[in-house]
Amino acid sequence: MKVDFTLNGRSVAWDGPPITRLAAALRLDLGHTGTKVGCDAGDCGACTVLLDHRQVCACLVAMGQVAGRTVETVEGLGDGNGTLAALQTSFLAHGAAQCGICTPGMLMAAQELLRKTERPTRGEVEDALGGVLCRCTGYGKIVDAVMDATASLPAAPPAGGAVGARLARVDGVAKLSGRERFGADGVPADALWIRVVRSPHARARFTVGDLGPLRRRLAAVLTAADVPSNGFGIYPDIKDQPVLADGHVRYRGEAVVALVGERDVVLAICDEEVPITWMPEPPVIGIDAAMAVDAPLVQADKPRNLLLEGGVRRGKVGEAFATCAAVAEGVFETAFVEHAYIELEAGWAERVGDRVEIHVSTQTPYMDRDEVAVVMRLRPEAVRIVPTACGGAFGGKLDLSVQPLVAVAAWKLQRPVALVYTRPESMAASTKRHPARIAARFGCDAEGGLLACEVTASFDTGAYASWGPTVANRVPVHAMGPYRVPNVRTRGDAYFTNAPPSGAFRGFGVPQAAIAHEAMMDELADKLGIDRLEFRLRNALRVGDTTATGQMLAHSAGLAQCLEALRPHWREAHDEVAAFNAQNNEKGRGPKRRGVGVGCMWYGIGNTSMSNPSRMRVGLSPAGTLTLYSGAVDIGQGSNTILTQIAADALGLEAAQFALVAGDTDLTADAGKTSASRQTFVSGQAAERAGRDLRGQILRLANAGPDAALSLEGAKLTVRDGGEVRVIDLATTGPLMGEGTFDPPTTPLDADGQGIPYATYAFAAQIAVVEVDLELGTVKVLRMVAAHDVGKAINPTLVEGQIEGGIAQGLGLALMEEYLPGRTENLHDYLIPTIGDVPEIDCILIEDREPLGPSGAKGVGEPGLVPTAPAILAAVHHATGVRARRVPLLPHRLREAIVAAGKGT
Amino acid sequence: MGVYLRPRRLEEALSALARPSARPHAVLAGGTDFYPARVGRAIDEDVLDIGGIDVLRGIAAGPAGWRLGATTTWSELVEADLPPLFDGLKQAAREVGGRQIQNAGTLAGNICNASPAADGVPGLLALDAEVEIAGPASRRLPLRQFITGVRRTALAPGELVVAIHVPLPRHDAESAFLKLGARRYLVISIAMAAATLEFADGRVVAARVAVGACSPVAERLPVLEAVLIGAPRDRLSDRVDAAQLAPLTPIDDVRGSASYRRDAVVTLLRRLLADFAR
Repeated sequence: MKVDFTLNGRSVAWDGPPITRLAAALRLDLGHTGTKVGCDAGDCGACTVLLDHRQVCACLVAMGQVAGRTVETVEGLGDGNGTLAALQTSFLAHGAAQCGICTPGMLMAAQELLRKTERPTRGEVEDALGGVLCRCTGYGKIVDAVMDATASLPAAPPAGGAVGARLARVDGVAKLSGRERFGADGVPADALWIRVVRSPHARARFTVGDLGPLRRRLAAVLTAADVPSNGFGIYPDIKDQPVLADGHVRYRGEAVVALVGERDVVLAICDEEVPITWMPEPPVIGIDAAMAVDAPLVQADKPRNLLLEGGVRRGKVGEAFATCAAVAEGVFETAFVEHAYIELEAGWAERVGDRVEIHVSTQTPYMDRDEVAVVMRLRPEAVRIVPTACGGAFGGKLDLSVQPLVAVAAWKLQRPVALVYTRPESMAASTKRHPARIAARFGCDAEGGLLACEVTASFDTGAYASWGPTVANRVPVHAMGPYRVPNVRTRGDAYFTNAPPSGAFRGFGVPQAAIAHEAMMDELADKLGIDRLEFRLRNALRVGDTTATGQMLAHSAGLAQCLEALRPHWREAHDEVAAFNAQNNEKGRGPKRRGVGVGCMWYGIGNTSMSNPSRMRVGLSPAGTLTLYSGAVDIGQGSNTILTQIAADALGLEAAQFALVAGDTDLTADAGKTSASRQTFVSGQAAERAGRDLRGQILRLANAGPDAALSLEGAKLTVRDGGEVRVIDLATTGPLMGEGTFDPPTTPLDADGQGIPYATYAFAAQIAVVEVDLELGTVKVLRMVAAHDVGKAINPTLVEGQIEGGIAQGLGLALMEEYLPGRTENLHDYLIPTIGDVPEIDCILIEDREPLGPSGAKGVGEPGLVPTAPAILAAVHHATGVRARRVPLLPHRLREAIVAAGKGT
Repeated sequence: MGVYLRPRRLEEALSALARPSARPHAVLAGGTDFYPARVGRAIDEDVLDIGGIDVLRGIAAGPAGWRLGATTTWSELVEADLPPLFDGLKQAAREVGGRQIQNAGTLAGNICNASPAADGVPGLLALDAEVEIAGPASRRLPLRQFITGVRRTALAPGELVVAIHVPLPRHDAESAFLKLGARRYLVISIAMAAATLEFADGRVVAARVAVGACSPVAERLPVLEAVLIGAPRDRLSDRVDAAQLAPLTPIDDVRGSASYRRDAVVTLLRRLLADFAR
């Protein structure tokens, strides 16, 4: 059917099946990929467009309904040539776009509002944008950007002034204009598509029947037999996850058969048409089942279903507990948590001669390259990973998803092949945060000085190893919390179950452990009648202290400064809460109670006791093009901008003069993965060294001293040293390339977990103020104050963005997020915080310089999340007297606990 | 590839539905339930898109009450000039999904989808709404008889909902709605409650109270309604008692436990009724 309509002011004639979703028509037929698809179900709002001036989800509109109407998309904002409209500029100025995948939807929702109301209130903004989910920002900067829609960009910093400046994201214009290309945005028109048939069972044996009839309809039908080396996994020695299951599935959502063909054709084949005979077996669900003496083995060669165990031992725990004046203990449980990045797993591959090139949304191009090479039985150099823009990841795009399937298919068929997950597929197939059971026991002396701690953390690692070893290793190092504890015994172990693989998720298990150690701090403080914040301050790790792994902290341990910065907010919040509760009680015993809580954390930056180097390059071409070659992938957190700022100041030229080549394994060096909060610290140091290296070369060419000032105009590089001015003609000197590498100094941990696991640690403390409805068990977080020791804030706007986004995810962990296979495989049954759930957040940046970091900086990607759930749960306890032992603290769980504790009304 | 029809006139729609077919048409209006049920697969059904039929849209007042056209959207309801009788339904409309869903989703779609957690149903039950059905024979059914179970309605093959009718109350009437969810915006209700009360001389003379997401179909609470009669408007919440919840049969699901729902509904009802004390 032919459909004529007006798209961004222009008449458009579209032809196709009228039941086609408007979102699909815009993206696949009309080249308007600025409209994003996150769920195809109206749950996320990423595809929000205006239809006759009203915001709608383009995934819920039939093309047949569009005839004669007007459609406005992000491409219609601004002038279409990269000059942004005022609202887009305001988003850029406020740092309201991180990964950028929700940004077009946010902009269009805001556009509907701003046409009616020029200066909307916060409430009006929340109502108007409430239908668009963002997983990165925590929403605050988005609200600010809409309320202040005429904001202009800050002035560009001068040469040498980039570090510490609130520089707008270097990739921001693309993200705001809709031009950014994410994993699903650049698929070639002639590509074939894959649809994956996945296991409906948690554990089953299966046989595949005659695929001949299907193969005649399709370009290919791939099974395990088509995968050259059918095992992958992030550890070089653990390749336990099949690309396509071979006769045995170990979790619901596991890939079994890949249908390859024209897009419409593969989508039209339903699972029932694929001849698979299932023989379900009783699944192993949960760690108790996995640990049972007679438990079936999830993986035949993994006895006891045990993936790994480790721990830290220091001092004499048993003797120390005997001397404690106060002891607290408790067991805490957490659920599977879904990353819920709004960008679905997506990418495509093509065979280029005897190489395969994969364009994919990823956090780790070099690991992807090496893993695909193993699967394909190719040399790593025969695989090229070209990262697309990444629409959120949070650890979930550290594992392979589409990569091996598109590579195998493109190699075999000699045609481009694409795969874009659906939301239910993404949720069923992808990794999750490890469910944990943490048994903690802490003791202190009569003055509140911690003496001993014993923590056992057991994790459900799901069907395959993924990042399970990383979690089980990292947690014992962190499980005593950011405190001086002389006697420590911590253990971590991880068990296989028939559940989705638990992998990497912002914090690698530390957020789960923090729930336990922070509850213990509160209980000990309460037992001794010491203020909860002061108790933490008394025990805070400081410079000169030795950690439980025997590492002396020589520098940059700013927890005490964080707590001191929070102290006035803490006292003020206590006063406010007390006044509210007193008034509420007076007026006929109202059902609302407020509480305030504090949570602390520390977080080792980079890999645990493992080399994780980064190499950065800064090039200056004969034409005068200055380029940062960065293998670090910006997944929304802002490393493209941060690394540019660092390199610019190290070199001595303006950040605005830099071009960027990022991620491509053919064009950049290995910067390691974007995880473990490491890119600012590790790649930042490498970028600083690369900038300095290039500067050194230039100064030598000009025979100038170290304080010389550089300026670049076309191919002319001017070096001013005191009164002397020298001009280097780059056209004649030829290309210059500075290079820098950094690998944070660590040592292996011995059998007792003693050693130097990390070169530096981030520290933070957060306060939460909550209001609990005692009768309904609901919790509203009213305010958060977050104090973070970041060493040095290279870009305060981006640092705040990480903290605020981390807090939003921590709030979800505490109050609403629980992935249940088969039951919450969409974004309406699986809840993440909306714009109405995340409170206003005050960020306090503490800069306790880390000498190893670039300009003193450490990482902040994960720390924002870690103390949030502990602070919220502490505030709930303060309000109600109920200590949450299991998260998420859904309304029914809290209400039942309130009633059980006799606090109900 | 299925047939896609988007008629302008109701008669065309009805004649399409009347044609005997092994594959009945899927009826499409706002698309907010149609497309989510078809994620990641080709759509090959025959579809009857009723969004282009003008007579199905809009709100009209008459001597006997109001006619809410089947494809009236939640946003159109919120923006309509209606008496306080409709305040509760408007509150519910503002809690349906996000703005995008409110701009597209329709009133009739909400009742035809027949979800136990349909946000519009308790409010419409409390308005004593009737469903006007066109087809081989036109008929009207009370809403509670129209929805027969989870995802089931009394619509027979060949029939289409054309309007929802709200009768004119005999006295001054007001209504209210409360929704309980685990987050703000875009949330499926754990439980919800709606009430319409008619007042004379400051006392309740007629009461209709309904609860959603606590039974396969939202239910009225006749025992509670009866005890509200004669109560002064500032003493309503005292009359709520758990024993009045007999029509409810809540279940345990990912959003909450059955016992929690029973407990929370009492609170919701007390608060809902306390809201009338003004």
